[in-house]
Amino acid sequence: MLHYLDKALTAPKPTRRSFLKISAGALGGLLIGGAIPLPGQAAEGETLITPFVQITPDNRVIVISKHLDKGQGTATGLATLVAEELDAALEQMAVEFAPSNPQVYANTLFGIQGTGGSTGIANSFDQYRQAGATARAMLVQAAAEAWGIPADQISIANGMLSGGGNSASFGEMAGAAGAQAVPEAVTLKTPEQWVYIGKDMPRIELPLKTRGSVGLYGMDAQPDNVLMAATARPPKFGATVKSVDAAEAFDMPGVRDVLQIPQGVVVVADNTWTAMQARDLLSIEWDEITAETRGTDALMAEYTALLDQPGLPSVTRGDAPMKMAAAEQVIEADYSFPYLAHAPMEPLNVTVLYDGDSVAFWTGSQLQTLDHGTAAAVLGLPMEKIAIHTLWGGGSFGRRATPDSHLVAEASMIGKAWLDKHGSAQPIKLVYSREDDIKGGYYRPLTLHRVRAGLDAEGNISGWNHRVVGQGIMIGTPFAEFTVRDGVDHSSVEGAADTTYDLPDMAVDVHHPEVGVPVLWWRSVGHTHTAYVMETMMDELAIAAGRDPVEFRLAHLQNDPRLAGVLRLAAEKAAWDTAPAEGIHRGVAVHKSFNSYVAEVAEISIRDDGTVKVHKVTCAVDCGVPVNPDNIRAQIEGGLGYGLSGILREEITMTDGEVDQYNYPDYTPLRIVDMPQVEVHIIPSTEAPTGIGEPGTPPIGPSVANAVFQATGQRVRALPFSKHGLA
Amino acid sequence: MVTFTLNGETKSVDLNPDMPLLWVLRDELKMTGTKFGCGVASCGACTVHIDGEPTRSCQTAVGDLDGAVITTIEGVETREASAIQAAWVELQVPQCGYCQSGQIMSASALLAETPKPTDEDIDYAMEGNICRCASYSRIRKAIHRAAEILEA
Ligand code: FES
Ligand code: FES
Repeated sequence: MLHYLDKALTAPKPTRRSFLKISAGALGGLLIGGAIPLPGQAAEGETLITPFVQITPDNRVIVISKHLDKGQGTATGLATLVAEELDAALEQMAVEFAPSNPQVYANTLFGIQGTGGSTGIANSFDQYRQAGATARAMLVQAAAEAWGIPADQISIANGMLSGGGNSASFGEMAGAAGAQAVPEAVTLKTPEQWVYIGKDMPRIELPLKTRGSVGLYGMDAQPDNVLMAATARPPKFGATVKSVDAAEAFDMPGVRDVLQIPQGVVVVADNTWTAMQARDLLSIEWDEITAETRGTDALMAEYTALLDQPGLPSVTRGDAPMKMAAAEQVIEADYSFPYLAHAPMEPLNVTVLYDGDSVAFWTGSQLQTLDHGTAAAVLGLPMEKIAIHTLWGGGSFGRRATPDSHLVAEASMIGKAWLDKHGSAQPIKLVYSREDDIKGGYYRPLTLHRVRAGLDAEGNISGWNHRVVGQGIMIGTPFAEFTVRDGVDHSSVEGAADTTYDLPDMAVDVHHPEVGVPVLWWRSVGHTHTAYVMETMMDELAIAAGRDPVEFRLAHLQNDPRLAGVLRLAAEKAAWDTAPAEGIHRGVAVHKSFNSYVAEVAEISIRDDGTVKVHKVTCAVDCGVPVNPDNIRAQIEGGLGYGLSGILREEITMTDGEVDQYNYPDYTPLRIVDMPQVEVHIIPSTEAPTGIGEPGTPPIGPSVANAVFQATGQRVRALPFSKHGLA
Repeated sequence: MVTFTLNGETKSVDLNPDMPLLWVLRDELKMTGTKFGCGVASCGACTVHIDGEPTRSCQTAVGDLDGAVITTIEGVETREASAIQAAWVELQVPQCGYCQSGQIMSASALLAETPKPTDEDIDYAMEGNICRCASYSRIRKAIHRAAEILEA
């Protein structure tokens, strides 16, 4: 895998000139037939002030977003950072997605271009403010020259330059600004000077999203003469095509071709419906020699047996066994978490155009550098012959960020198979059906936990033993270098191994069984299960010790004032110290993930049919400087809604290696009736901003589970809740 | 040949009568505002109005549409729809936005029937529309807000 990265990272460093070319191409010149409307227009090369800011003669400021926006609001966040330092008017701001170029557009926390891990604003906060300040300085310098006055007599407000009785818009000064030397250093505003950062900023693309989002998503890319493709993939992971009879499919009017590629059998047709219908007419014999044929029952039995075996050590601190032996009480619990599909609303898709010398892709690319390198490897093309056009994502939750770039790899194969057979280039859009998505793997891994924790005579924790069994998401990917140590994939134990509760005697170990089911990060990754275990266990311990769950947690959070801070605030706002209304039960959880701190207090009742109704969730969040408070609220609302969806009914199971679920009727996301009222309180902060896309997700499961215990006395340890008649 | 009215214009198409309206709109007429989410009438992303009724276009065969009056997100211009769109922006409802064409078509049909919906009315009318980003609490607030706008 790593050779893709090497290749991408050693591609020639673009000069300012070559960047201009790449940029103009990516933004306009390379559009197929001009038929895909992208937000904004190609700008004149000379108006590019920095790789992150373009100013057009018609006075628009285009922020080049190195990050995919798939609903998390990063595009608006980056535009806000630039507008702040530039003193631009909000109405003139626009966003374009950057071309693939890791030298210029790397996520500074990944080293490659990509979006994920709730790093969008965290890694861009200085960079995009600096870009705005640089553009500002160059505009001021240009005005100073034009008007023959010193730069310090020029001011900018609301997108207008003025000084010495002159005034000009950014657009009027853009050409001259682009010709200025780039200043060596710029001074950023202090927080007291901020006009936009910290205010509720309307999302830049939302008006379009109320009018059909025309042209935004990959799914809506409509290049002239595009053909649609649907792939029949093996019903068991890892199987391959043995033989195929495509006669019936070929007979369907509108079918253009049937192609065999390593990933499966592809029907290419005039429209999506025909491609999918004809795909059902293929008769394919699969070779299952290399396939995963175990069902979830078999996997559960194997994983459960592993809970009794020592695993690879992740944390060994103090002497947990000795403390446990001396403990007043020991509590032990086993937990199970199913495979989960991400099921973003926009099914996966990618449009490819390959002519033998070059290739272009249109897709909601989330790891551009890996997509880029994969295409280069599959098609044997140099990096500069590959264009990745990133379009807005209709959700992702992790699903569009695949270290193996399987979607681009498959599209590359389709482009190549078509060209080989037909001899001329043709845009082809590969579309997943919802069934392809639900059955297609890349799941949150099936995971088991076993915890034994002791309480001493004072009712404090003494000793914590923790074992985790689950596939390692990062193992075998380019990210392993940073996240896998001595065989332990940190993403399986994050949130437990690095807990900030005072646990001087702790042992965490892990088994990573080899299973042929592809797994992937699912919104908040390991925290999806570790937070559930840590926070329901803390609740059990508090109650066993006869202590209040909030007080008990605070007593064990002496070294994490920020986590304690959100817990106190959520408890206060939820009136934790008062009795809830008749029939209402409360539960609390607090968890740090992606360097952000979130506490949630859930209020639930049990319906007549025994199912859980979550009425309200009161949240407190500390994510450093709140760049856009309303977007933080939206992400907490959405993040906890997604997490609630995950614990209530979502579950992927397999019988003899075949996935049992097929579509939303049996892989059932949260609907409006199950959405609680959400109240979000944000801690004011001047710390560097941290993630917000994921941290709302981990605490919801345990806060609801703890409330269910209050209501019923039942501890839910095997998810989802629907297994127990609770949903 | 099937003839219907689409966003106020008469359209005739000559296609496999089994083809769902969703794909006629998206692939044949290149109107991509109506979204594909599930194809089995389970998510609501493909909702359009047919003779005023919110309808899942993924399960509506084009052969059954002779004489139908169809409105999609690109053409919806009722008072209710405008109020919904305004409230959607005011309360910043969409996240990824992919479900929102369908949400807006369902919500505007609800307001046309029930100008002052209760929370139960909203649950009932909107339950068929999945939002994987869980923008639901804002959808609820924005429907109430749109009802207020219409009353004013
Ligand atoms: S696509 Fe029609 S209801 Fe989901
Ligand atoms: S806004 Fe993303 S699915 Fe609803």
